[in-house]
Amino acid sequence: MSAPAAARRASRRSDRGAVLPTLFLLAFLVYFAVPLAWLVLASTKSLDDLFSSFGLWFAHFNLLDNVAETFSAEDGVYWSWLRNTLMYSGVAAVGAALLSVLAGYGFAMFDFTGKEVLFWCVLGSVMVPTTALAIPTYLMFSRLGITNTPVSVILPSLVSPFGVYLMRMYAGSAVPPELIEAARIDGASEWLIFRRIAFRLLAPGLVTVLLFTFVATWNNYFLPLVMLSEPRWYPLTVGLAQWNAQTSAGGGATSAFNTVICGSLISIVPLILAFVLLQRHWQSGLAGGAVKG
Amino acid sequence: MARARRPTTARVPGGRGRKSLERHELAGAAFTLPFVGLFLAVFVAPLLYALYLSLFREQLLGGSTFVGLDNFAEGLKDEAFLSGIGRVGLFMLVQVPVMLVLALVFALIIDSDRVRFAGFFRLAIFVPYAVPTVIAALMWGFLYGRDFGPLTDVAGTLGIGTPNFLGEGTILWSIANVSTWTFTGLNMIVFLTALRAVPEELYEAAAVDGAGALRTALYVKLPLLRPAALVCTIFSVIGALQLFGEPQIFAAIAPQVIGKSYTPNLYVYNLAFADQRLNYAAALSFLLGAVVFVASFLVVSVFRRHGAPR
Repeated sequence: MSAPAAARRASRRSDRGAVLPTLFLLAFLVYFAVPLAWLVLASTKSLDDLFSSFGLWFAHFNLLDNVAETFSAEDGVYWSWLRNTLMYSGVAAVGAALLSVLAGYGFAMFDFTGKEVLFWCVLGSVMVPTTALAIPTYLMFSRLGITNTPVSVILPSLVSPFGVYLMRMYAGSAVPPELIEAARIDGASEWLIFRRIAFRLLAPGLVTVLLFTFVATWNNYFLPLVMLSEPRWYPLTVGLAQWNAQTSAGGGATSAFNTVICGSLISIVPLILAFVLLQRHWQSGLAGGAVKG
Repeated sequence: MARARRPTTARVPGGRGRKSLERHELAGAAFTLPFVGLFLAVFVAPLLYALYLSLFREQLLGGSTFVGLDNFAEGLKDEAFLSGIGRVGLFMLVQVPVMLVLALVFALIIDSDRVRFAGFFRLAIFVPYAVPTVIAALMWGFLYGRDFGPLTDVAGTLGIGTPNFLGEGTILWSIANVSTWTFTGLNMIVFLTALRAVPEELYEAAAVDGAGALRTALYVKLPLLRPAALVCTIFSVIGALQLFGEPQIFAAIAPQVIGKSYTPNLYVYNLAFADQRLNYAAALSFLLGAVVFVASFLVVSVFRRHGAPR
């Protein structure tokens, strides 16, 4: 670090803790955190306490019973939803990341006929409404007899225009062309160059695409809602929405609000953990993609 | 393949000539092939199929007949569809600016290095993005509710009347709040990422000129965030116009307020899967696509006009 930069860092640090910006962030911290805090608190309450106790504090601690009830309701269908969600997201994330890294590398490092047109078509595809795609895809899949199967949810999730975009930008800044050229002169095949040299350099970008596709598939609601008709294939989002609709329609004391709330909490824990634990990785991947963006 | 190439020859030293270039063409195409193949199968093919469907009409007797653009003409006169477009348009005009300005302010504050625990704030604001829209809508639905929502409790404690978050006039803004809560953090991260790519020398120059943190943020950082802001705005506009999950969840708790055609996507979904009017639904989804396209185009041209280098 050069001397003026170091001096600047030091002077910046000295006025850390400016009051107004800190208060501003604190106020919004409440806004962003309170709903999640409520979800945690509500998950620890029995159905009766949900209605009778103050919303933002503990009542009788009933968390373990709620968890047990969530997993045993309707013959343990919540297990299937959790398993399905993990499977759909896992397969889609790995597949989409590999396809994106290949395509992004191809777009960044080579010139071929129709390249730019193709790339802009891929980017433009994000403008097409989800419904415009889901209806004809559903009809096509039902002709092939694959609706109401995992394939019908996973296959469309493998296509990630954002992933291809990010990997193109990332490859452009992370893979030095001279390195590739040197390997070519040594007589290495393009595939070997990709596998042995480029792939490792592209790994941080790959992790970013992996994580974001995982989240997108985990959070997806419309596609599985359209494709799947049996609860045993539902992911968590569709299953919980259905429980909520049943509960709201039933209303009153017969309902199972506690399982909807506890099920919601359990469904978001894995993603929050993934984001927190992999923070360094996905942020460096985004930064690499942004250099030229 | 016999097209005039741009001078990629620069990459191939010493005139190893045609063969090498040909190899690059093929290799480049080969790397993109797996993605492109799947893209054709699950994106282009369904889209063409939907276009085909939208030109026909299902008859009560004897299959479907070709009707040209009749479905589109009907859509343009469909009150339910148009009011849905108006509703998501209004939603977009309010929710997108509020969310992006918040995200921008958070990013500039956190990047300014003037608050303690910046990393913690960044994570806390981002975490809601890890909550699926559907789950966020379920959760806020409970929070808004009168039965055991804490907002009702708090209002009761303060002795003010319970606000109705799920009424005719308020529910759209209650939905906007859910979207803002969920997606502000993601946009903030995009801004922070772009700020990190700013070369250090620029800040040094600003510091030498005696610019404080606020002026650096306004006159150095803000203009540099234009490309990131464009990307965020376009994605948010697309998301707002395609609103579906939140109103669909809220329909379960406020069925009298959210009807079958509350948003265009909800309408198309109900037409296709409840009423079996697939052809008309396909035509409407293309009309919605056109609205999205026009809106994105407007966003780009606004950014261009106000961003031309002076």
